[in-house]
Amino acid sequence: MGGAATRDPVIVRWLLTLLALGFLGLFLVLPLAAVVVEAFAKGLDAYLRALGNDVALASIRLTLIVAAIAVPLNIAFGLAASWAIAKFDFRGKSLLVSLIELPFSVSPVISGLIYVLLFGLQGLLGPWLADHDIRIIFAVPGIVLATIFVTFPFVARELIPLMEEQGRDEEEAALTLGAGGLRTFWLVTLPNVRWGLLYGVLLCNARAMGEFGAVSVVSGHIRGLTNTMPLHVEILYNEYDFVGAFAVASLLALLAVVTLAAKTALEWWHRDELVATGH
Amino acid sequence: MAKVWSEDIGRLVLAGVCVALLVLGLAAIIPGARAAETRTLLNVSYDPTRELYQAVNEAFIKQWKAKTGEDLKINQSHGGSGKQGRSVIDGLEADVVTLALAYDIDAIVQKAKLLDPAWQKRFSYNSAPYTSTIVFLVRKGNPKQIKDWDDLVKPGVSVITPNPKTSGGARWNYLAAWGYELNRSNGDQAKAEDFVGRIYKNVPVLDSGARGSTVTFAQRGLGDVLLAWENEAYLALQEFGGGFEIVTPSLSILAEPPVAVVDKVVDKRGTRAVAEAYLQFLYTPEAQEIIARNFYRPRDPDVIRKTQGNFAPVKLFTIDDVFGGWQKAQTTHFADGGVFDRIVARK
Amino acid sequence: MTVAALPLLRRTRVAASVIPGFGPTLGFTLSYLSLIVLLPLAALLLKAAGTTFAQWGTLLSDPRVLASLRLSFGGAFVAALINAVFGLLVAWVLVRYPFPGRKLVDAIVDLPFALPTAVAGIALTALYAPNGWLGKLLTPLGIKVAFTPLGVVVAMVFIGLPFVVRTVEPVLQDVDMELEEAAASLGADRLQTFFLVILPAIGPSLLTGFSLALARAVGEYGSVIFIAGNLPGVSEIAPLLIVTKLEQYDYVGATALAAVMLAISFVLLLAVNLLQKWRRARMGG
Repeated sequence: MGGAATRDPVIVRWLLTLLALGFLGLFLVLPLAAVVVEAFAKGLDAYLRALGNDVALASIRLTLIVAAIAVPLNIAFGLAASWAIAKFDFRGKSLLVSLIELPFSVSPVISGLIYVLLFGLQGLLGPWLADHDIRIIFAVPGIVLATIFVTFPFVARELIPLMEEQGRDEEEAALTLGAGGLRTFWLVTLPNVRWGLLYGVLLCNARAMGEFGAVSVVSGHIRGLTNTMPLHVEILYNEYDFVGAFAVASLLALLAVVTLAAKTALEWWHRDELVATGH
Repeated sequence: MAKVWSEDIGRLVLAGVCVALLVLGLAAIIPGARAAETRTLLNVSYDPTRELYQAVNEAFIKQWKAKTGEDLKINQSHGGSGKQGRSVIDGLEADVVTLALAYDIDAIVQKAKLLDPAWQKRFSYNSAPYTSTIVFLVRKGNPKQIKDWDDLVKPGVSVITPNPKTSGGARWNYLAAWGYELNRSNGDQAKAEDFVGRIYKNVPVLDSGARGSTVTFAQRGLGDVLLAWENEAYLALQEFGGGFEIVTPSLSILAEPPVAVVDKVVDKRGTRAVAEAYLQFLYTPEAQEIIARNFYRPRDPDVIRKTQGNFAPVKLFTIDDVFGGWQKAQTTHFADGGVFDRIVARK
Repeated sequence: MTVAALPLLRRTRVAASVIPGFGPTLGFTLSYLSLIVLLPLAALLLKAAGTTFAQWGTLLSDPRVLASLRLSFGGAFVAALINAVFGLLVAWVLVRYPFPGRKLVDAIVDLPFALPTAVAGIALTALYAPNGWLGKLLTPLGIKVAFTPLGVVVAMVFIGLPFVVRTVEPVLQDVDMELEEAAASLGADRLQTFFLVILPAIGPSLLTGFSLALARAVGEYGSVIFIAGNLPGVSEIAPLLIVTKLEQYDYVGATALAAVMLAISFVLLLAVNLLQKWRRARMGG
């Protein structure tokens, strides 16, 4: 820490810290606490019953499947895109970056709507798909597509600035020393960006499992077939089954907490390296 | 150095692959993962019928099995009536639709041509095997003394009703209020518009569906009176316990939620016979009793006699009598730029 | 590689780099981008392009549409402002004041990223409804949060906070303390130092965080619909109006409104990226 001149008076530090913590407590911790309290409002038995039935399990299964397809695809895309953008100069780069980030600021509702317009029975490809008996929306493929769309930029967004910051010198050195392209990527680039990658993947996964708006538009809400966990939360809520709704919600909240804990733990274990790489 | 990194990364990738496989494996072993090769039927319905069709489906599956020996699985989709109609138009393959109002099924006819325009003649009683009406749910002891529609326009009374643009139930609410004032003022449309406008002045929240409104009223504690389907009001009494009572107004509307087989879908999937049998089943005494148990008003004369005590007597008018049918009511009142928009804008 | 042949995307420094893989990675990027994002968006624009002038006129003069856009953008703006102030405060405390449990607090900041929006929505509603934990305290004071535009802002603050903290934090870490000491030795007090030395240094990142929080809040649906009253013209957000129009079978209205929102979002994003470019140029220079 710097000298006395950059130190704030103790009272100011206390006040600001309390204010910040109070704000976080009010806006972030309290909602989380509310979920847990409501979920256990009728005891552990009711909680387990709410999670143990077929319909709840089906929604958990669907959510896992969707994430297991969407996340790896977006990781592959994120790596390819960040490599192309960070390691090369070309015209239209800003536009490309903006396009990649676009899904992030598109309203989830619109994300679902575009697939309806494309694949719906009244949409552009709908009649052809119906003739060939291919179902995309109101079935798993549509849900996967909408999820990929909303989680599209997460990995790329983390990696692009990181790779740009790291420059090309190390890669160029490795390549001049005779390493192949893939080997260079594997041994030089990836190690440099792995924390960013991890962070991006965790956020991508959390959003993939938790997406509501986009999936809601393309799901069709068929009980036990096309309801993901967040949709099941809404359905239970509308059935006056608040314990059930908050129980499934608590599972999603737990996922969020585990995600954050995993990230923090990994950072902590590798803190020496992080300091070394100046992260 | 590089060697250590590569091992690290190798492990990371391996771990990643393992996690992905584990997730898929987990997904596969969760019970019910493999859909059995039974015949399925998809019933796309509106919000308040969840409990009703749960019971009806169970009974019909048993009956179908006894009659044909075939195992049947009935999938359910519930949501706001308009949203459900929209999904079917966009390709949700519903074998049967059981929606809140005829207009939504007409929309499927017009926009997607999935069924015969004369669908309403297919089954008896306008293809509506059960009816309901609009009543008030108030807080215990009725602190604001709400007895009839004209109590809703009093200042300080907070009314909860969903958005008529999206909710079928809300449209019945709106039309019931309109019909009451029209009757009282001997057919003065301007007075009716003013009356309904004053009711909506007292509305603090417009949920998009009937269920959302009930939650707002009962669970969130907002409002003095909830305009609700009769069946929803009774269900809310059951679900939320003692804190409420039902008030039946002097005059209300006869709500006829219709059912239909979606021709194009059943012909494609080869499910016409079972879909028609399913809807026909709704008219049998067995199903009519289930219907009455779920607080819908039955059609079968015997069952009506048997369950008379369950429903408060109320004078009912029909939408055809007062509004000239759904198409007309929809364009006059709920279309963009219609009376409802005018009322809300004036607020 | 065909993509490299496109004049817009042609590499400008071919000879200077030995790094391989431009063709395949950019090719994959562009195909995936087109398939998942551009093609479906084109379908939307195509549909919206079928809208006649008269229809655009009615849409854009409809008070209900305008009110919903005003709420979505106005609410998001207020929420982003709140987040800029409190996000900066949180980042400042996390970077400058060591206190026990700081790591934990730092992790909690990401919660809105990880928590599903629908869950956030019902949790916030449960808290702020007149009979909720916080609603019970606020209602006697005459403050109504749930089912009012204020509730919309609360939900938007929730989802936008991490954007500001996460963009400001690293920059704040890099601010040179010597500059502050120099300012202090020249007689500036702490407040002056903050406004004249620190704020200009972190300003661009704060602005970026603000814009990201804004962009995210504008389109937010899941968490807002539970807590908003959804009254037309009062507490109805634009994404909800899109859904409402869809449910009324008004595909034209829904797509046109979606196209309007999309255009505004894209302009916002482009601005953020230019801002970042400008920042990098400034820092690099």
